[in-house]
Order: sequence, then structure tokens, then C-alpha cells
Amino acid sequence: MSSLLIAEHNNNEVKPFTLNAITAASQIDSDLHVLVLGHNSEAVAKSISEIPNVKKVIHVDDEIYKNYIAENFTSAVVKHAESYSHIVCSANTFGKNLMPRIAALLDISQVSDIIKVISSDTFLRPIYAGNAFATVKSNDAKKCITIRPTSFEPAETSGGSAEIVKGDAGEPSNHTKFIKKEEIKSDRPELGTARIVISGGRGMQSGENFKLIQDVADKLNAAIGASRAAVDAGYITNDHQVGQTGKVVVPDLYIAVGISGAIQHLAGMKESKIIVAINKDGEAPIFSVADYGLEADLFDALPKFLAELNKLNTIQK
Amino acid sequence: MKILVAVKRVIDYNVQVRVKEDNTGVVTDNVKMSTNPPDDNAVEEAVKIKESGKAKEIVAITVGEEKAQETVRKALAVGADRGIHVKVDGVIEPLAVSKILQKIVDKEKPDLVFMGKQAIDDDCNQTGQMLAALLNWPQATFASKIEVKDKTLEVTREVDEGLETIEVNVPAIITCDLRLNEPRYASLPNIMKAKKKPIEQINALDLGIDTKPRIDQIKVEEPPKRKAGIKVANVEELVQKLKNEAKVI
Repeated sequence: MSSLLIAEHNNNEVKPFTLNAITAASQIDSDLHVLVLGHNSEAVAKSISEIPNVKKVIHVDDEIYKNYIAENFTSAVVKHAESYSHIVCSANTFGKNLMPRIAALLDISQVSDIIKVISSDTFLRPIYAGNAFATVKSNDAKKCITIRPTSFEPAETSGGSAEIVKGDAGEPSNHTKFIKKEEIKSDRPELGTARIVISGGRGMQSGENFKLIQDVADKLNAAIGASRAAVDAGYITNDHQVGQTGKVVVPDLYIAVGISGAIQHLAGMKESKIIVAINKDGEAPIFSVADYGLEADLFDALPKFLAELNKLNTIQK
Repeated sequence: MKILVAVKRVIDYNVQVRVKEDNTGVVTDNVKMSTNPPDDNAVEEAVKIKESGKAKEIVAITVGEEKAQETVRKALAVGADRGIHVKVDGVIEPLAVSKILQKIVDKEKPDLVFMGKQAIDDDCNQTGQMLAALLNWPQATFASKIEVKDKTLEVTREVDEGLETIEVNVPAIITCDLRLNEPRYASLPNIMKAKKKPIEQINALDLGIDTKPRIDQIKVEEPPKRKAGIKVANVEELVQKLKNEAKVI
């Protein structure tokens, strides 16, 4: 049997998390097919066909897929699902919205948000916001799986030449209408995929003080994050929130500034490769996960940190 | 309109969860339990819609063991009119919960079903979408703003790239994000009044739903611990360590 992965894209480009999901899906079954549902989306189908891990691309081009509506995607996936042992997609807001709808119609108990493939039916997944890891075995004949993208490396994007076949569209839904999407534009790297993330917490004391974070972020080409406390206090918009209820990030370097380290924040960043904590409370829980802890007043430490960075001859980009 | 709100009893979000020594699950004995946080947002939103005059009745429902009733009682104390408790013991997966809710929707005929976007125990994030599929209703997940119109809802959704707005026809399923509203606390008089509101008990077996799990939980472990780090004396040392030891800048 083969696996079927549902691609996320904007009709021009493949979204990065799809590449991570492809890596995981090809560990489940090397005969990996990718379903591209889109409108005027030839470029997407072509770029996916060049991914070496992909064996076949099923391209369905129809007006009803101009915008992503879970109801419309579901009917198409169910139509193509029959000959596959696994239906797979990323566990971001795209896949979380979509996969359970598919699973219910196929009468499958879905395995959400896996972080490791143990075998074709057994997976590791975090529960309780990452405070425990569960090894689970799915007993359904066919399996619906979503993948935590940051736990898998992105797949290579060139060198492959999978065949592209045309597929049929599903029934459109008349009950859901797309109105608009407000994307937050930024010159900085995206929080979910940035190599370096610097986050501020309640210790920042105001939105204006985030300027100190921005200056360091500019220097390091870092994305800016925040704790839920900083978002709730109105210092910064909620798309910056890192944690169980925000984004899960796994950068090479995570710098937590004025963040105490609530359980729900740690759930979103503790898998980062290197963690730095700057906090004036030496007992703050954030220090228990930090590789390098600096017990200092952030208003003193951040300008000094920037000054020291400015002294370096080179900074990795 | 009539709104059905589904709530779940979970380990309180402030509790540091501990894994059982025999690796069969997490410790729940003598641990504080409460309503799943985004389910509180779902109840709050339903109550606000009723207060605005756009809904007539709110029915709160939970699926679970005897004590799960506490979550329905709490919903009644903040404004739900009556409750339903579908009794099931042991592990129940989102697919089975959504089949139970489907049966209840068939009977109660609500115009809207609200629930939290995700339960903070199993972190599955499935039930709302599954229920929507089984009913063939539209879904609006991760809602951070809901505007009730005549026969439709305009819902703003929290998505990775920012915010998405969709319009769904009623009847519909809405799963609520924590940012949707600020749940109120129940006042003491309302807690007392809630004790008199009816909660209908239904045995899941009587609904004819097979709730047997399809997924075996083989073991539950502590996540790998991070190696203990060091405290640096000053900013100079921090930058030097990041540059020369960790080699990340």
C-alpha cells in the first residue's frame, strides 16, 4: 500500500511545513503520493514532483480550491483515499482543521501530531502540552496521521521527477464561504521556521520596550516571539505567541527575555537546540531549561547584548 | 437559536502533570481537575449570544465518567439552561465522542454546537471537526471572533499566517480559541441556582455507540530532560559562549 499526503500551498508555492510532513510520511511508507488540490496551481504540482521522496503527484485543479475550505478539501481526499494505507498531513492549522473531517468520514480514529515514526502503525506523540510522550499503536486498517512539522527535517526539494496525474475534484460545499485572509507581513523570518527566535515576556513591561527586542532581532536576523502574558498584557499581537496555545518553535537559538517560564510557554520552545534565558529573578523556572542563563535586569542586559553583538566581525545568517 | 456547548473535564492547566511510574498514563489521583480551558470560552460565547437576544436556549453537554458532571454544573452556573451528561467510563477517543454528540444533536436539534478547539489532556484537536463531518455541517475552527447574522455566522479564525474570515451557514460547528473572549466567573447566587437546573443522564451504551478505543496506548513516558545548563556572569560571557561554544551566532 502507499501513503497519501495532502499538500498545503497558496496555488503558487508549497508551504514549508509540507516538506517536513513529506519527510515523516516517507518514513511511514516509501511509496509516497502527494495530493495537490488547487486552482491554477500547476507550479505547485511541478515543484512537488521534483521532491525526491515523492513517487507520484495527483493534481486536482478546480475553481473550488482557489481558497482552502476544509469541507471542499475533505470530499476530494475521501474520493482519492481508497487505495492508500495512510492519509497524512502537517499538524498546523491547515492539517488540524482538515484531517479529523476526513478521518470521521472514513471511520478512522486519527493519530494527531506525531513527533516520531516507530513503525507503520506505531507513533510517538506528545500529550499534556509535551509534559508526557505517548507511544500509540493505531488498530484501524487505514490510518489518518498528522505530523508535528518541527520534529522532522524538511525534505530535499530538487532532484526528483515524479509523474503528475490529473485527479477528479470532490463535491463542493455550499455552506462555507471564504471571505478574507489577513496575513501578517513582516521583513523578518517567520516565527515557525526562523533559525533564531528572541521572545519577550511580561518583564518587558510595555509594548514600547519591545523595541529593545527588535534591535537585537534585526542584528541576528531573528523572528520575534512573546509569552502569553506579554500578549495578554497587550504588548504585542497574538501572532507572536510561543507556547501551547500559540506556536511551537524549534530554532537553533531561542532567547527568552523577561519570561518566567510558565508550563504553557515551555511547551512551545523547550525543544529548541540552544536556549538562553535573561531574567532578573534567578529562581524563574525558565532557567531550568536554559543552556545559558543570565541573571540580570533586561533593560541593562539587552543594550549591552546588542553592543557585544556589534563588536563581532561576523554573525551567521 | 439553540446552542449546544460541549465541555470536557481535564487536569487543571496549572497542575504540573506527572507520568505514572508504571508508564501506563499520567497521575490523576488527588489531582485538581477542571473544565478544559477553551471549553470555558465556548460556554462564555454561547452565554454572550444568549444575552444579546440571539439565542433562546443553551444546553451544556459532557461525555465521561460520573465526575465529569462538574463541568456541566459549572456551565450551568455561568448561564447554560440545562445539562446533559453522557456517561462513559474509561478511555474514549474523539471519534467515539463525536458519534455520541451526533446522536445528541439528532435529538436536541441545536442550531449551533460550540466547543473548545482542543482538549489540553490528549491534545488531539479532533472532536469538533469530526462532528461536523458526521453531521455534514460546516465547521469554523479556532474561532477568535464570532458575529451572529440572520442565518449565517461570520467567524474569524486564528491560522498560522494570521487571521482568516469565513462565513458559515447555520447549523454549524464552532471550535473556540482562547482569544475568543474572557470567561466570566460564576457568582455564588448563580452557583446555588445552578444546583437546581436539570442535568439529564444518558448511558453511552443506550445510544448504541461502540466506544471501544481503536488506538492502543502502549506506554507514556517523561519527555527527555534537557541537560542542566549554566549561568553566565555577564553579557560578554554570554556572547562569547554563543559564538564559540554553541556556535549559533
